[in-house]
Amino acid sequence: MNLKLKIWRQKDARDQGRMVDYNISDVSPDMSFLEMLDVLNEDLNNKGEDPVAFDHDCREGICGMCSLYINGEAHGPDRGVTTCQLHMRKFKDGDTIYIEPFRAKAFPVIKDLVVDRTSFDRIQQAGGFISVNTSGNTQDANAIPIKKHNADLSFDAATCIGCGACVASCKNASAMLFVSAKVSQFALLPQGRVEATERVLNMVKKMDEEGFGACTNTGACEVECPKGISLENIARMNREYLVASMK
Amino acid sequence: MAKSALLKSSLAKKYWMALTGLFLCLFLVGHLLGNLQLLASGDEAALHFNEYAFFMTTNPGVKILSYVTYFSILFHAIDGIVLTIQNRKARPKGYVKNNAAANTIWASRNMAVLGTLILVFIVTHMVNFWSRMHFDENIPLQTVSIDAGDGIQQEFYITTDGSYVPKKQVEDGTLEIRNRTDFYDARAGVKYKEGYKDLYKITVDFFKNPDYGLIATILYALAMLVLAFHLYHGFGSAFQSMGLNNPSYNGLIKNFGKAFAIVVPLMFALIPLYIHFIL
Amino acid sequence: MALDSKIPNGPISEKWTNHKNHINLVNPANKRNIDVIVVGTGLAGGSAAATLAELGYNVKAFCFQDSPRRAHSIAAQGGINAAKNYQGDGDSDYRLFYDTVKGGDYRAREANVYRLAELSANIIDQCVAQGVPLAREYGGLLDNRSFGGVLVSRTFYAKGQTGQQLLLGAYSAMNRQIGRGKIKMYNRHEMLDLVKVDGKARGIIARNLITGELERHSAHAVVIASGGYGNVFFLSTNAMGSNATAAWKVHKKGAYFANPCYTQIHPTCIPVSGDHQSKLTLMSESLRNDGRIWVPKKIEDAQAIREGRLKPTQLAEEDRDYYLERRYPSFGNLVPRDVASRAAKERCDAGYGVNKTGEAVYLDFASAINRYGKEQARIKGLDDNDAALVKKLGTEVIENKYGNLFQMYEKIVDENPYETPMMIYPAVHYTMGGIWVDYNLMTTVEGCYAIGEANFSDHGANRLGASALMQGLADGYFVLPYTIGDYLAKDIRTGEISTDLPEFAEAEKNIREQLERLINNNGKHSVDHFHKKLGKIMWNKVGMARNTQGLTEAIQEIAALREEFYRDVKVPGKMDEFNQELEKAMRVADFLELGELFAKDALHRNESCGGHFREEYQTEEGEAQRDDENFAYVAAWEYKGKPSDAVLHKEDLVFENIKLVQRSYK
Repeated sequence: MNLKLKIWRQKDARDQGRMVDYNISDVSPDMSFLEMLDVLNEDLNNKGEDPVAFDHDCREGICGMCSLYINGEAHGPDRGVTTCQLHMRKFKDGDTIYIEPFRAKAFPVIKDLVVDRTSFDRIQQAGGFISVNTSGNTQDANAIPIKKHNADLSFDAATCIGCGACVASCKNASAMLFVSAKVSQFALLPQGRVEATERVLNMVKKMDEEGFGACTNTGACEVECPKGISLENIARMNREYLVASMK
Repeated sequence: MAKSALLKSSLAKKYWMALTGLFLCLFLVGHLLGNLQLLASGDEAALHFNEYAFFMTTNPGVKILSYVTYFSILFHAIDGIVLTIQNRKARPKGYVKNNAAANTIWASRNMAVLGTLILVFIVTHMVNFWSRMHFDENIPLQTVSIDAGDGIQQEFYITTDGSYVPKKQVEDGTLEIRNRTDFYDARAGVKYKEGYKDLYKITVDFFKNPDYGLIATILYALAMLVLAFHLYHGFGSAFQSMGLNNPSYNGLIKNFGKAFAIVVPLMFALIPLYIHFIL
Repeated sequence: MALDSKIPNGPISEKWTNHKNHINLVNPANKRNIDVIVVGTGLAGGSAAATLAELGYNVKAFCFQDSPRRAHSIAAQGGINAAKNYQGDGDSDYRLFYDTVKGGDYRAREANVYRLAELSANIIDQCVAQGVPLAREYGGLLDNRSFGGVLVSRTFYAKGQTGQQLLLGAYSAMNRQIGRGKIKMYNRHEMLDLVKVDGKARGIIARNLITGELERHSAHAVVIASGGYGNVFFLSTNAMGSNATAAWKVHKKGAYFANPCYTQIHPTCIPVSGDHQSKLTLMSESLRNDGRIWVPKKIEDAQAIREGRLKPTQLAEEDRDYYLERRYPSFGNLVPRDVASRAAKERCDAGYGVNKTGEAVYLDFASAINRYGKEQARIKGLDDNDAALVKKLGTEVIENKYGNLFQMYEKIVDENPYETPMMIYPAVHYTMGGIWVDYNLMTTVEGCYAIGEANFSDHGANRLGASALMQGLADGYFVLPYTIGDYLAKDIRTGEISTDLPEFAEAEKNIREQLERLINNNGKHSVDHFHKKLGKIMWNKVGMARNTQGLTEAIQEIAALREEFYRDVKVPGKMDEFNQELEKAMRVADFLELGELFAKDALHRNESCGGHFREEYQTEEGEAQRDDENFAYVAAWEYKGKPSDAVLHKEDLVFENIKLVQRSYK
């Protein structure tokens, strides 16, 4: 099929940036979205133009490196997938596709479609861990039984890939889903309860400092999250924070 | 740390938003229950309504509640504005193409606009009624016509102790009205009785006003539509913000919130519509 | 230089304990004055960086991704082995050790493998303490599943995202240390060279991928944890960015490269769909717990299926060839990966392939759905003869176990694997070969260590499923932090290493020249063009089945391709900017050298073992035939200017605890 692409081009962080039109032909419906961009880049390279920069790595939906705001949605129109898992069969011949970087003050553009998401790392550094030494001298893994239900919920929260689709989709560029997923993962486990108070206070503080917006519960993040992280996590974090801030 | 967290963080702002919002929902219920009395007609109903209004403006408990309500409205509005500004700043550059309808409902994205419209409505509403109740020097006091047994209808003011003051005593100057509602013995200068502000009449006159009654009715109904949208997202959202959330009763909260958002504004809207078109 | 593996003396089960008790330690106050560079932040690098920082060293960690959390360990799906014996099925350190050595076709170093088995249980304890949400049973205890090549159930897992959960555990341990300032994290930085001062590894040259700037970083030791080199095949299950540059640059500076030809071809990947394909997606080995692999028995049925005239579900049970169950009755569908891959290739080469290209076999869950469905029906007291009900209940069980994998398959292939069997085909997945290291994980360059997939040590010629995660974490959490202290104890008075030393300037200059050469080349073809060509040569001639002729051709073709690359590659943009094509060019340049050494190693190893299958050396039944007399050694190659000039050094493998026999899974 043939497509018309409108892609955000920006030389570097200081450049103003603009949308540029490209036409691409012979796109196979079996291609992934990123493979379609590979073809475009090969073409641009052959013509002596600068290829479009975009983040990607594992191309199997788990590393969280790929981003892209496609036709007004993070990771495009399909649900439960990252951009690398989005296939061209979701589009029709002749479609126009808008491709933009994830937008947030806390995600500044580096080049074209590549953004800097290290703000996420800094939030994790503020408390997204359990303070145990990695000595291996911990107690036996089965010493504390954990309810399967809680372990499963904790796992579901922990499947967050840190891609930032929640921030990109949120009208407030809020990172609540991301932060709450980490807070929830630990809050649901006995090992994580010990530091629960400090963790939630510190992580939220960092989240605010990084310039993310506040949550207005629109639910866009949950819909666009490629891993289906639930809004329940945000409620849990709200609860944890409320309790923590009154301690 | 903890104390400042409860004041400054983005989450704290949301708690206050939720708390004030939920309190205003309670206020709405109270206000509605009172106002529904306007759907009954006749002197008896008017009296009930005015008695209710009198109670609401004089009871010390209710007074405290009313101050909490004013505070909540102000805080909810200011907090909302602060959050909105902060949230706008979080995305200095927007998208060329954004398909927000794919992942959110319209109301949830427009709470600030809806809230601003509601604020405008509240101000208008207070000018129309609240300010008259509190400050109008010529506020009408409730009267009834009573057949004194001689087949002639006589006009009486009803007083708060349940007795009657003939209207002509005021007209002939025996009594005079001071402080908007008090009947004074004109010569002795002593307070004799107190009348009821006729808020019922004020309301009915307002919506039946030949000049602006129709427009007012439509605008009030529209305002309630705006309120409905605001509540449609806001009610459940408040529970989510407070973390008062549990898989086993989430559905209940959501559905109750939606029902609340439809029923309460609808009932409010029925009042002006009824008065204007049916009464 | 003679290879000294520095294996401690004593009985195998006491070697590690004794060794730990006798090596040098660095006192905590001195650790503050010692810097360690860790390149790569996957399971091995991440856990090593965290632990070293926790011990008190100043760690500088590097990753080319935008965050350490994105290292490709994250994509490991199935699980991690540990000899916990929670199932009471007779597991022990010895059994895990034995299975791993046997699984590796007796080409691994016994002492290293035993240590790995010994430490495996600690890893699980460690991860649970860190808040890694591993799968649990209703009683609240940890659950296990089975993996290929073993007869016990020792694999711990977190649905199909075990690697993700373990990596995020290591990442959280790193974050704790970054927050404390003990790790300085360099995201979007790529190591381009090792700097040696007086023969010792003393730093690296790294390129800041955002600004394009070359940076000098010094340290008292350098740890390479940059993963494997599977992307030399272009198409593999590795991430797009996974590369061999750090490992190869270290090799060029004197670290021997061991057993490059040992490459694991994973049997269960989603087949190639077309020329546009950029990477291959793995379907976890855990699927073989429940899925049955088959092709049609009659070649005309296979043809009909390929042409779309026949659906797999229409084929009667007696017309299906469950070839793994037929050939290997005792292990069935759970034979090791190399065996399963070759069996699939054999069937497809014989014309029984089931997709358009004829390169796919079926992985069928219908009987598992039926079995689980009936079980559930009985548990719930429902009618287990109601086919629709059984299917529904069975599907639920399968969804619970493998839901995310099935969803992934459906997104990519656009077919519902609950209704029609999955199609799978082998793909390059893991490289057992890597930088040669001694028992302390030090390379032949003093002060330069290699851990995780980047080294060669634990998996022999074939890695068993769920062992990579185990090795990465054991190296990073529990081995390196001890052994590196033994070396660094000598460095407590060295003081900070200056980056103004001529060695740094020299290394930086060389890298700058290489970058300039690529940028200014102005050829006709993109980097990918050459990478794809290299991949084709590798897959066709150095892939699942190798022979003398093919390998000889491959060596020549790769050398020629390398020349063509430097003549004709076109890298757009500039050096001092964010330039993804330039990043790729540097990596492919190294693959073009590594590929040749890979083929050379394969050609020299005149035997078949594990992932290395030489057509000339097979039994009558088509199984791999080892030559223990002549090839029971590690082939460690020394760089001498060109891959073709590489010099072979042998480390003889001594088996004192396990008797070498022909590997049998029948």
